[in-house]
Amino acid sequence: MTAPPAPAPTSAAVGELLRQLAPQVLGPLARRSARFEDAEDAVQEALLAATVQWPVEGLPDEPRAWLRTVAARRMADQLRSEVASRRREERDAAQTPADAHVTPGPDDESVAADDTLVLLLLCCHPTLTPSSQVALTLRAVGGLTTAEIARAFLVPEATMGQRISRAKQRIQTSGARFALPVGAEAPIRWAAALHVLYLIFSEGSTATSGADLHRPDLTAEAIRLARLVHRLRPDDGEAAGLLALMLLVDARRAARTRADGSLVPLAEQDRALWDGDRIAEGVALLTHALPRATLGPYQMQAAIAAVHAEAPSAEATDWRQVVALYGLLDTVAPSPVVTLNRAVAVAMADGPEAGLALLAPLADDDRLAGHHRLPAVRAHLREMAGDPAGAEADFRTAARLTTSLPEQRYLRGRAAALAPTTTIT
Amino acid sequence: MKYLILVYSNPESWEHPMFVRDPGFLGLTEAERADVVREAEALHAEIVASGELVEGVALADPLTARTARPGDGGVTVTDGPYLETKEQLAGYFVVDCETPARAAEIAARFPDARLTAVEVRPIMTTGGEEM
Repeated sequence: MTAPPAPAPTSAAVGELLRQLAPQVLGPLARRSARFEDAEDAVQEALLAATVQWPVEGLPDEPRAWLRTVAARRMADQLRSEVASRRREERDAAQTPADAHVTPGPDDESVAADDTLVLLLLCCHPTLTPSSQVALTLRAVGGLTTAEIARAFLVPEATMGQRISRAKQRIQTSGARFALPVGAEAPIRWAAALHVLYLIFSEGSTATSGADLHRPDLTAEAIRLARLVHRLRPDDGEAAGLLALMLLVDARRAARTRADGSLVPLAEQDRALWDGDRIAEGVALLTHALPRATLGPYQMQAAIAAVHAEAPSAEATDWRQVVALYGLLDTVAPSPVVTLNRAVAVAMADGPEAGLALLAPLADDDRLAGHHRLPAVRAHLREMAGDPAGAEADFRTAARLTTSLPEQRYLRGRAAALAPTTTIT
Repeated sequence: MKYLILVYSNPESWEHPMFVRDPGFLGLTEAERADVVREAEALHAEIVASGELVEGVALADPLTARTARPGDGGVTVTDGPYLETKEQLAGYFVVDCETPARAAEIAARFPDARLTAVEVRPIMTTGGEEM
């Protein structure tokens, strides 16, 4: 006797489930077959089949097993037809039966967890460019379709498809093994993987909210992936730090832009709009990680975000603490952008002159040449220092250099507010 | 980051690819011309394969252009391009690159960069960073 079929789930529910299951299906298949590119193709076909069938026919009893079976069958078909054509060409009868590559083996939870992590590391392989790492991670680990990723990055599907297939070929030809890295390589590979998740998050958090409702929310996807990594690697302080950083920055989302899309700087944000649950979760993660794990840049950035999150206003912020944290960050992961942020904090703690002194050497830094951020920060500090003319000129320079429309509007607005008023007689 | 690559040309006749009608190109030896064509094809294949090429467009002869501009009692539309120069926009490409340096490198490898000019301009984004 068969049970009555469960009601068919909505397409959205199927999509969400498939994104969760994608890495769990691809992981074992890529590991057993040692053919990443083919395994990825087979899993995409299985996901597509599920997207079409499940909302109509209802969920199978074991969705993950269903996907694994379908993907393994697709892969076996693929290999068989490849083997057959090779045989025709070479009359070579001595081929391994294709099914031998994809015979299911025992699968406990820890193997499944490792599979997902290996998959992530492969997608963030150092032979790939950052944009390919991001695209492949979203597809193979995030379970997004090529079309969805293309929409997220505002490029045609063909362009994104090309990026993904190039990345998959590179991985297959790089000889990368389907195994967790060991020794000196491991920390470098983990750092690269976290950086890719960070890139996905930043891409999402600079996107204008509500501009295109069909654009996948990269911020949410990055947080979901960071949660996954944190769950699978609970002792990795940087994974916890990255998740905390994302939550604490995302908590400010509603306050960051006005309804017309214009930017609201941190100091002027309505803190009542900040998401208290996000903040509490981020702070808790960080509080748990800091005393236990090795300190790293994501934990430090999260700690800075937490200081802001806990301050009732910009003036009441513990700027000394922010200065100390940026000082630490500038030692561990020095970059001109960190120095810029540090200069703002120093100006708030010790006065604008001290901040401006920190900025002075950056004028000769090639990494900031032609970038709007240096004049934008200097403008802000000059305004604080009572130099409206210098500030206005810097705001105008920054407005000309930025390639972001809302930043330009903001910077021009600041310049205009400082312009000498003409007296009408 | 996306960039618009504007390809300017000064051809003897309007036919794509434009650079092969350029007097500078026609002055090269046959072997040199073959090299330039090969390099142009290689560049195109490279930016397609890398997933950097977003769009590429060849424009029709400026003879077919019409320009709208202020005229007597409002806007008037006249035949011909906006700028009456010898060098005309032949086509454009949109590329999505990791760095501005890479966009400039791609622009510099268009054959037209050696013959007329290729301009590369960042495309502004509608998202902004928190200040």
